[in-house]
Amino acid sequence: MIVLRARPLVLMVLALIPLALASLLIGVADLSGAQGGLILSISRWPRTLAVMLTGAALAVAGVVMQELVRNRFVEPGTTGTGEAAALGLLLATLAFPEAGIGTRMIAASLGGLAGTAVFLSLIRHLPPQEVLLIPLTGLIWSGVLGAVVLHIGWQTDLIQLVGIWLMTGEFSGVIAGRYELLWIAGLAAGLALFAADRLAILGLGDGVARGLGLNPEAVMRLGLVIVAVVTAMVMATVGMIPFLGLVVPNIVSRVMGDNLRASLPVTALAGAGLLLTCDIIGRLLIFPYELPVSTVLGVLGAGVFLWLLWRRPGHD
Amino acid sequence: MIAVSDVHHHIGQAQILRDITLTLPAGKITALIGPNGAGKSTLLSLVARLTPLQQGQITVAGLDVQRAPSRELARTMAILPQNVAVFSRLRVRELVAFGRWPHHQGRPGPQDAAKVAAALHDMGLDDLSHRFLDQLSGGQRQRAHLAMALAQDTPWLLLDEPLAALDMAHARALMQTLARLRDSGKSIVMVLHEVNYAAAWADHVVALKAGRVLAHGTPETVFAPDVLGALYDTRLRVIRQDGRPLVLHHL
Ligand SMILES: Nc1ncnc2c1ncn2[C@@H]1O[C@H](COP(=O)(O)OP(=O)(O)O)[C@@H](O)[C@H]1O
Ligand SMILES: [Mg+2]
Repeated sequence: MIVLRARPLVLMVLALIPLALASLLIGVADLSGAQGGLILSISRWPRTLAVMLTGAALAVAGVVMQELVRNRFVEPGTTGTGEAAALGLLLATLAFPEAGIGTRMIAASLGGLAGTAVFLSLIRHLPPQEVLLIPLTGLIWSGVLGAVVLHIGWQTDLIQLVGIWLMTGEFSGVIAGRYELLWIAGLAAGLALFAADRLAILGLGDGVARGLGLNPEAVMRLGLVIVAVVTAMVMATVGMIPFLGLVVPNIVSRVMGDNLRASLPVTALAGAGLLLTCDIIGRLLIFPYELPVSTVLGVLGAGVFLWLLWRRPGHD
Repeated sequence: MIAVSDVHHHIGQAQILRDITLTLPAGKITALIGPNGAGKSTLLSLVARLTPLQQGQITVAGLDVQRAPSRELARTMAILPQNVAVFSRLRVRELVAFGRWPHHQGRPGPQDAAKVAAALHDMGLDDLSHRFLDQLSGGQRQRAHLAMALAQDTPWLLLDEPLAALDMAHARALMQTLARLRDSGKSIVMVLHEVNYAAAWADHVVALKAGRVLAHGTPETVFAPDVLGALYDTRLRVIRQDGRPLVLHHL
């Protein structure tokens, strides 16, 4: 029983090791040269770590979002969280040009928090059996927020910055000193592992949660903070990465169910593995040039997701 | 006992419950009956503090449901809401195990595993415990949720239409399990749609109509033809079978 439970986890770790090694070895520069150690510590290792942290955190944030909303077809990228975080970051950048990185990250997280809270209140009165209304509302809401961000970006000549946040998530610019915020995303996702039972109980409904002595609002707030912080850090460091938070949790749930205590660590590792795979593909496909990881993931993820939608019998 | 005093409840302009004052005895099976929309589910969810109380007071085993710590309340009463629908893809055993949460808060022990196994067994779920909920029939899923409430192992058990979706054999098995729990000292309050289950098994009956208590007491007093006829606005006959009332309404 215990062995059976541990197996997906072991499998994931075993798959991640060669992927990480490959990621360390792939690149234009030759590691065996005099600069090899330096390249490894300044560029390859940070990049590999950044990809894994991002993948793990986004996959966990996807699960948390799905438990909060009790709907499988949402993730922070389709509920306005990313756009709202970008709006928070943009407004902070405009209002306090001198502000340090800490202040700006808090602004981004608060933006994400507010945007997601508005989304949750928008969907509160939707009939739960209409499964697709919720992601649809999310797409509209994130579209509206995205348009606002772009408009302000144009007006203030910050469109290039905004473009990096919202459009293409990619890791080619990651070097030591430019990715460390992602550790905060990783920590926030780690918080979800500790709250796994509470989040899973929240997913059973407010009534069941209350009946078991849990305060649904408190768990909801914790989940919101996790989602907002993960999204804000990723958005500000490498840009938005679509689909990951949707695809990975859905596949893991298909295979091992939603007992988060057992499945969340697997989800995190699977997220890291998938993003690393996409990053490696992006680096190899037109070597020595690169494709952004979000482009690779977009193609791969859309394919997987369509397949998921197609084989899922309506509503079960 | 559960003491409900001076409870009124409204949703928007609609008055759902009016001036409810009741005591529900401990160590008994109490049936809440009444026509659709009478307010049975509302009353039960107020008692279970799933709905905030607007007016009045409710205590369960001496705990004020508005003020007592939620963990203490969760160790005092378990609630099965009406029509629970779960989006999560859980195995039956995993769902039932969540019923132990108020006792262990994330660190289950051998005693918790034993209670889960007993609840699964009582609900006839031994063979289904590794199935996912989305691979079960409606009645099997209902039994899984019941097992979760049983696993909570509380002195009070509140069940909203637990027989909904159950076939005759499982309905009877559930009533027998509940009677056994009652005999071991537990107190059960259940909304029953089918009056004859109340007539056959309940020790105490509360009849609600349009948000008011129309009658309450032993099955003998509530199951008088004129009381029952007024409750459901329909013609019926009450006969006696094995010392219990039996309602005939297919006439
Ligand atoms: N959200 C709501 N808004 C308006 N009326 C409601 C709402 N929920 C329940 N009601 C009304 O409250 C009354 C009592 O409902 P309920 O307690 O579920 O009845 P039942 O006795 O069938 O369990 C019904 O008339 C129902 O129409
Ligand atoms: Mg009801």
